[in-house]
Amino acid sequence: MPEKSAEALADEFARRRTPDIDPPGRPAGTLYRGHEGMWSWVLHRVTGVAIFFFLLVHVLDTALVRVSPEAYNAVIGTYQTPIMGLGEVALVAAIVFHALNGLRIILVDFWAGGTRHHKLMFWTVIVLWALLMLGFTPRHLMNVFSH
Amino acid sequence: MSSTIESPRAAAPRRKGANWEKWGWIYMRVSGVLLVVLIFGHLFTNLMVGDGISAIDFGFVGGKLSQPFWQWWDVAMLWLALIHGANGMRTLVNDYVRSETARKVLNGALFAVAAVLIILGTLVVFTFDPCPAGASADLLPSFCGAA
Repeated sequence: MPEKSAEALADEFARRRTPDIDPPGRPAGTLYRGHEGMWSWVLHRVTGVAIFFFLLVHVLDTALVRVSPEAYNAVIGTYQTPIMGLGEVALVAAIVFHALNGLRIILVDFWAGGTRHHKLMFWTVIVLWALLMLGFTPRHLMNVFSH
Repeated sequence: MSSTIESPRAAAPRRKGANWEKWGWIYMRVSGVLLVVLIFGHLFTNLMVGDGISAIDFGFVGGKLSQPFWQWWDVAMLWLALIHGANGMRTLVNDYVRSETARKVLNGALFAVAAVLIILGTLVVFTFDPCPAGASADLLPSFCGAA
């Protein structure tokens, strides 16, 4: 004779399986959705696509060194204009984030504490990114705007 | 007629041949770490040192690409980055493109673009002449001498 009826067991099981649900208005939070894990994933994809398309163009413009000095200088000259100079800040920002977040992904995959500390690592990525950009941006803008 | 039902916990049958998705996964991490070093070095020498972007012209690139060190640096970046980028884009295509035909076409295009640019870039780096005949000397690296 079982101690509890099947219904009671099923009920208890369902209660244990279902996390407390937030009040209506916002989907229940999970470990992943809407938090550091999701946003680092979104940013990694967006920056990855942007870098890929720049890479295609950059191989082609560099290939012009094989055409003639004049052809290469004409195209690289467009990279030295103020608008492109600001674009290069955005490009480097994307690359630095993708690089640091990629290292974070590797730590999540291979380091035993990776999944436990992934949120701290995300904010570490943001801080390191900000520091590197603080070093790069003034230097680059000086090179762009003082020549 | 009787049929047998597999035990739910039976191991999935092992597919024959190499597990390419696994090697792709490993490639992204290995190439990612190398690319952090190669690209940060590339950005530092080209954008941070000296006058940065405003100093880049045929003479600057010719000076770099006449040294085996930078030739191999750039070729390593070219191969690692294009395969990393194309494989990353393949992940996005597989995630978001629902039509099987479009998926195959896009993945085929990614493969073709990466292959063409890798071959083009490698040929440019190793067949490049920093002192092309007939070019005016003020466009060339200083070591070319007066023509």
